[in-house]
Amino acid sequence: MDILIQIIITGIATGGVYGLIALGFVLIYKATSIVNLATGSFMTLGAFICFTFITALKFPFWAALLATLVCSVLLGIILERMILRQLIGEPIISVVMVTIGLAIAMQGLTHMIWSPEYRSFPEIFPPDPLDLGFAVVPSGLLWGFIFAVAGMAFFLLFFKFSRTGVSMRATANDQQAALSMGISVRRIFALSWSFGALAAFVGGIVIGNMSGISIYMGDIGLKVLAVIILGGLDSITGAIVGGFIIGILENLAGLYLDPVFGGGVKAVAPFFILVLILMIRPYGLFGKETIERV
Amino acid sequence: MRCADFKESYVKDEEIFQSLFVKCWLAAFLIFLLLFPLFANSYVLYFANMIGFAVIASVGLNLLTGFTGQISLGHAAFVGVGGYTCAILMTRLEMPFWFALPCGGIVAALAGLIIGIPSLRVKGLYLCMATLASQFIFEFIFIHWESLTKGIRGINVPPPRIGSFAFDNERSYYYLTLVFALLAVVYGRNLVRSKVGRAFVAIRDRDLAAEIMGISLFRYKLTAFAVSSFYAGVAGGLWVCFLRIVTPEHFPFHLSIQYLAMVIVGGLGSILGSIFGAVFMTLIPELLNVLTGSLREVFPTASKLFIPLKEVVFGSLIVIFLIFEPRGLAEIWRRIKAFFLLWPFSY
Repeated sequence: MDILIQIIITGIATGGVYGLIALGFVLIYKATSIVNLATGSFMTLGAFICFTFITALKFPFWAALLATLVCSVLLGIILERMILRQLIGEPIISVVMVTIGLAIAMQGLTHMIWSPEYRSFPEIFPPDPLDLGFAVVPSGLLWGFIFAVAGMAFFLLFFKFSRTGVSMRATANDQQAALSMGISVRRIFALSWSFGALAAFVGGIVIGNMSGISIYMGDIGLKVLAVIILGGLDSITGAIVGGFIIGILENLAGLYLDPVFGGGVKAVAPFFILVLILMIRPYGLFGKETIERV
Repeated sequence: MRCADFKESYVKDEEIFQSLFVKCWLAAFLIFLLLFPLFANSYVLYFANMIGFAVIASVGLNLLTGFTGQISLGHAAFVGVGGYTCAILMTRLEMPFWFALPCGGIVAALAGLIIGIPSLRVKGLYLCMATLASQFIFEFIFIHWESLTKGIRGINVPPPRIGSFAFDNERSYYYLTLVFALLAVVYGRNLVRSKVGRAFVAIRDRDLAAEIMGISLFRYKLTAFAVSSFYAGVAGGLWVCFLRIVTPEHFPFHLSIQYLAMVIVGGLGSILGSIFGAVFMTLIPELLNVLTGSLREVFPTASKLFIPLKEVVFGSLIVIFLIFEPRGLAEIWRRIKAFFLLWPFSY
């Protein structure tokens, strides 16, 4: 029983991080209808940039975090302006492939700048695990969870109350109407890309802090696809709830099915879930339901 | 417009070889392909074989993605299914290659049918996700169904034989690959100008309209998946028998992207384009390899740059082609031809 509770707690904590990365997908999808498959590479890049600020330039953690976030916003704006804007109105396959191409090129660049060795992140959080009495939460997971929740809360409040947030929602809802209300849709697009990059960067830092950084850590980005499909591609609540569900399910699958299949189930479980959701309820738990009968 | 290019019937318009001139050039090219191994070394022939496998797979993928408009991010999985089927039939049941290869294609086509079923319900982005997930699920099966696939240790495969003659070096295998690649291209080119091919294009352009015109989406979408995965399976079988070993590492997600890149860089919806794409995307990494190798004397660290540089170039090529030349190399080829046809009076 103890191990079950422990696994569920771990699942919730990883789920929080998944939710944060899923936010990176959803923020971009909501405004621009693009699923950014380069999110994984964004994460890797974010983790490496933060790592460099801390180790090479000897920044304190909060300054490094801030500097990394500035980088993420710049990256988002540049990519949107130079590449994605050219593709407005192109078929889906082009857009998907461009993000995949970006992902590969960025992974190559990361590899070139920082060599592919595995590195452990400098200790930025107190290493004491949190003892809940019935289960123990390791420090990395705990802080990852805290970061994830903080990030989610920020974005939720931002979309609810701030002027820019509201205009982003308006653009997502109906671009034409938003334009006629005097919202600059171009600016919103750039903004959503920089927000998406920001969420992915924070996710990368959190994961790097939990399990060290290497150029292959971005592979987790593909797993998160299951989260956004489960939650609904265009729903922030969905991203968060989906993150927790997938996190828990994945860890449970690892616990109960790994001995049966000889390992590796944990990594592939999200994809099984993904296919199941697509068969049963393609728009996810909270997504907007578009019915098209052919 | 070319001079004397006037057609009186649709049959003439749909002809593959539109003039005697084209036929002559094609015959010359075929003779070149046949004679090629006589003056090429085994290093070059190795790449010729690789290009052949890539041509088969990318023509298949183009039928699915370029002509029918169904995105598949899991094509490597079908290649893998074909490869494994072929290998298992040849080793466990000791069947001849000539029987195992079509079986590989058929099993891959069945796998394609299963993966294609979601395409009836979901499309666009969601289909992307479904095929992407199937890629990882198949990878998992290749690794963990040890009793059948021997897991990560892989299976050693004997070379194909006719009688006592074995296709066991690059030169003899080249002819085998050439025959299958030619068959694949000829069949693909003919398929797209048939009723089935027109149905594919109609589905790509607007599935609703296609359905109204009486095209059964169920039938043709699944046909597209099956044909395309059959191609992939054959490519996989050939490839595995060439390498003489099959392991799960041969069919990663990256390979799926590579096939898609071939189709996109070559030109979506063009058989000629997928041939160009396959040649181009197979040779570019090798050119980079040679380039970084020759730089090694000047900069000793250059060889370390090779792997990441390959990735950067590969990714940027996809992005650049999609932004600047979405119709790919086939369109560039068409423009070059048009330039010379009309030169020097292009207006």
